[in-house]
Amino acid sequence: MSDFFTVSVLVATLASGIRLATPYLLAALGETIGQRSGVLNLGVDGVMLLGAFFAHWTALETGNLWLAVVVGLFTGLVMGVVYAIITVYFKAEQGISGIGIFLFGLGFSDLMFEVKVGTPKFTTQLPPVEIPLLSDIPRVGEALFSHSLLTYTAFLLVPAVAWLLHRTTFGMNIRAVGENPQAADSLGVSVNAVRVKTILIGNTMAGLAGAALVLEAKVFQPNLTQGLGFIAVALVYFGAWRSPFVMAGALLYGLVQATVIQWKVLGIISRQFSDIAAMAPAVLTVVALIVLAGRVQAPRALTKPFERH
Amino acid sequence: MHRIVGAVVPLFAAIAAFLCAAIILLFLGTNPWDGFTALVDGAFGDVNSLSQTAVRATPLLLVGAGISISFRASVINIGGEGQIVAGALLSTVVALQLPDVPRPMLIPTVMVAGFLGGAFWGAIPGVLKAYASVNEILSTIMLNIVAVQFLNYMLRSPLIDPREIEAGTRIPQTERLSDNAALPTLIDGTRLHLGVPIAIAAAVIAYIVLWRTPLGFRLRAVGFSPDAAKAAGIPVKRSIVAALALSGAMSGLAGAILVFGSEGQRLITDGTSAGFTGSAGFNGIVAALFGGLHPLWTIPSSFLFGGLLTGATSLQRVLQVPASMAVALNGIVVIFVVSSDRFRSRVNTALAARRQFSSATSDEPVDDGTDDAAMAASS
Amino acid sequence: MSKRNKSLWRLLAVLLALVLVAAACGNDDDAADTPSDAADNANDTADTADDDMADEEMSDEEMAAMDDDEMDDDEMADGEMADGEMADGEMSDEEMAAMGDLSVAIVAPSAVDDLAFTQSMIDAVAALGIEPQVTPGTFIIEEAATALRGYAEDGVDVIIAHGTQYGGSLEEIAPDFPDTTFIWGTATDTMDLPNVFAYAPAADQGGYVNGIIAGALTESGIIGVVGPVEAGDAVAYINGFEAGALAGGATEVNIVYTGSFGDVALAAETATAHIANGADILTGSAQMVVGAVGVAASNDVLWFGTQANQTELAPDLVVASQVYHWEVVLEQMLEQRANGTLGGEAFLLTLENGGLVVEFNDGFDLPDDVRAAADAAIAGIIDGSIDTGA
Repeated sequence: MSDFFTVSVLVATLASGIRLATPYLLAALGETIGQRSGVLNLGVDGVMLLGAFFAHWTALETGNLWLAVVVGLFTGLVMGVVYAIITVYFKAEQGISGIGIFLFGLGFSDLMFEVKVGTPKFTTQLPPVEIPLLSDIPRVGEALFSHSLLTYTAFLLVPAVAWLLHRTTFGMNIRAVGENPQAADSLGVSVNAVRVKTILIGNTMAGLAGAALVLEAKVFQPNLTQGLGFIAVALVYFGAWRSPFVMAGALLYGLVQATVIQWKVLGIISRQFSDIAAMAPAVLTVVALIVLAGRVQAPRALTKPFERH
Repeated sequence: MHRIVGAVVPLFAAIAAFLCAAIILLFLGTNPWDGFTALVDGAFGDVNSLSQTAVRATPLLLVGAGISISFRASVINIGGEGQIVAGALLSTVVALQLPDVPRPMLIPTVMVAGFLGGAFWGAIPGVLKAYASVNEILSTIMLNIVAVQFLNYMLRSPLIDPREIEAGTRIPQTERLSDNAALPTLIDGTRLHLGVPIAIAAAVIAYIVLWRTPLGFRLRAVGFSPDAAKAAGIPVKRSIVAALALSGAMSGLAGAILVFGSEGQRLITDGTSAGFTGSAGFNGIVAALFGGLHPLWTIPSSFLFGGLLTGATSLQRVLQVPASMAVALNGIVVIFVVSSDRFRSRVNTALAARRQFSSATSDEPVDDGTDDAAMAASS
Repeated sequence: MSKRNKSLWRLLAVLLALVLVAAACGNDDDAADTPSDAADNANDTADTADDDMADEEMSDEEMAAMDDDEMDDDEMADGEMADGEMADGEMSDEEMAAMGDLSVAIVAPSAVDDLAFTQSMIDAVAALGIEPQVTPGTFIIEEAATALRGYAEDGVDVIIAHGTQYGGSLEEIAPDFPDTTFIWGTATDTMDLPNVFAYAPAADQGGYVNGIIAGALTESGIIGVVGPVEAGDAVAYINGFEAGALAGGATEVNIVYTGSFGDVALAAETATAHIANGADILTGSAQMVVGAVGVAASNDVLWFGTQANQTELAPDLVVASQVYHWEVVLEQMLEQRANGTLGGEAFLLTLENGGLVVEFNDGFDLPDDVRAAADAAIAGIIDGSIDTGA
């Protein structure tokens, strides 16, 4: 145990936790916006996989990482259009249509990978950007201020999303639509337009999350996300639909994972119990859901398609 | 007119999926006709492939019928994967404890164990939803993760085949389970085993429970309007738990059938749930939707999707088209089916119709009258 | 009335869907010929170059399948005569030609070009001049069983079940097809089945050699290992590597099994953690290690490969790879099959029989004394003076 509490290991664990938290955070923030308007998107994992594959493919073909990021975003946007049509126009059951998106993303990204790339190929990595001055802070600077631009983006989006939801008219509309669409509608807010926008934003961020994941790993593999998108959806509940708490959840998740890895490296966790350790985050989430369930109110119109009476 | 439009939904979804498949095949440089031929041949071409398809359809049917049950109570169960695992684990443990019980007793015992394992794992999100207002979509997904990690742990430590430890290979699998628990093959030389009729019977029973028993009436009443149900004196909370427990039980039974109808006659994992379940927990949702979330219609529907899975394997074998195409097609089918107007309007009309009924389980509401005809047609 | 209508429409819809399905196979309604048809199709696409050969072979096979007879010498002789041209490959003698005449199929858990487990087997079969049919990516065990059975029904002569986890299924399938040879690995026993061959690499041997080199090259003395699930040949490799590295001068070998064959991100993060913990050399096994190799490349940390030559993943940093040459044992198995022995023997790939080869990366400047130590270790393992501890 003593090995763990050395500065360099703690710093490395912190940095690793932040890196791991990035895709969760990007996807969960997008999902937060969507859920605030009353739309549940369970297809995040599928959208991430598609975003990841197309970003990876672009990076391989062009060598241009920023173009890859844009393609990831665009892939998310396209899936957003699809999801908006399904849930807003056709008013489909959201819990299940998300599973459709997930299955499509899982299958199609795998198919495309096998046909177009096939073998593991490395792209270059998004270079870490050292923030001047801050990254010079001994130890802490290394952990906090030497990440890729996408990681900073993810964390900067936290206050941005809070601001969007609570300080702008659009945000007010989002919350109104998510809480009481009938009332919002009677006040002249177009419920469907608001929801389409939040869906597009949410899916675009899921696509970005996929790009962030694959450009960090540098290599794509079928089912790269391993269910990460589902955890991101859970983190929204975990964070009670508030971006700072969502961030806390994502960080907790990332740090727990990073700590487990470090403990395995240092031999603190015996190999036998590593599966039990792997259960911990999911159990933790369920416990958090139970604890929060009585105390936090979900957007009242969540998962309910809007029908004008 | 509206109804006629609604009724062609499965056909519409099927055509859409076929068109998508054709486009994908063209894109892969494969003649779509050859592709479909290989797919259909692999799925329905002869007795062997038909029985293979039936076997692949079995877990889809059970999960799908279970989802139909929970859906009727307005509970969405995405925990099929975890419930399959739970059922498989409990039935495996039971079989390991009772290797010498004669076959006529052991098979029912392990099936019941699977049923109970799944029921337990399904009841957890049920209790959480009923008594702690925890969203069941999320809790079922989380419990999927917990279940598969627990499976990994069990298969790597307490339940691992002692031979694997001896040999040092440590494949996470149990020893070969008692032959007395093996589901007997129905047609020699094929894979068709007793699990297939068990699943069909379970789906029929699910139908009967839903539409011919007080329990089923309560579940549906809660699904249509919890407030009205409560006002009518129906225990809403217990009904929600029952819906998820029953739904999970069906998946758990699927888990037991997967173990005791498997080629290897043992429980084995590759570290993911899909390695054991073949993603039946998700694919069962597809089959259920295609079958209109009706236990009886899920029977032909799951057979079709079982065929897609078997066919995709043979498509890969024969034409080297990645089998992941089947997964993508499943997603497309879900998207088309849930987008269809019928799905929504059916529930809505049912809702409106149901509100006019106050009691009496024998009442056959307008919208579900079709089920009698369905029964007649399928028998 | 409306009830009836709706029910009727629904029934029609499902029926039509089924008809659509049936229509798609309209040209192929003779169920009796189906297996050979499918096999024909397969061979046509897989093997267009040898079309003629494939046809003749198929007709023989069809006969065999119909008679339900054991493959006898007559047929082999037929095949041999028909396919003299096969010999224009690497095979020269007549027996080899007969061997090349066998149809071979592979069922494997990961992608065809995974630069690891699956690819190594496909390359090996190709090295024998045979173009196999392949069903890759069958990590779902029941799906693999379906594919194995499907090939057997198609009349394929030799079916390679390339995954230890397929053993349980094979135990049930192999007895149903007594005329088919099943080759199962990695495994050390044939489950007492007369038509099953087994193969396994003594992965600890190459692991030990890799370890010796790593132990000599490490400056920090700390080496990190990224493993998948603690099972199969990964365990052998890693245990051998650990023993070699400690014997070679490393002070600490940290082994992490991530618990997943597929989680690239987890493998990458594990590699990062190793480096943070002072490791200056990494190795690992299974298909998700590409994530770890990527991290090694970003951090200029040396990498040791196994299963296949991983040099192309990181041309400057891969020191050596233990490569499986399955063809060494495959050749023996196929020869036996060609001579009428359908199975019953387990083969081991070793440094001694050339089934395992430690391939050095020419792009990496390995000091002469380290190379000498590695060669000495190889010699020591071959003559038995070194125990890899596995």
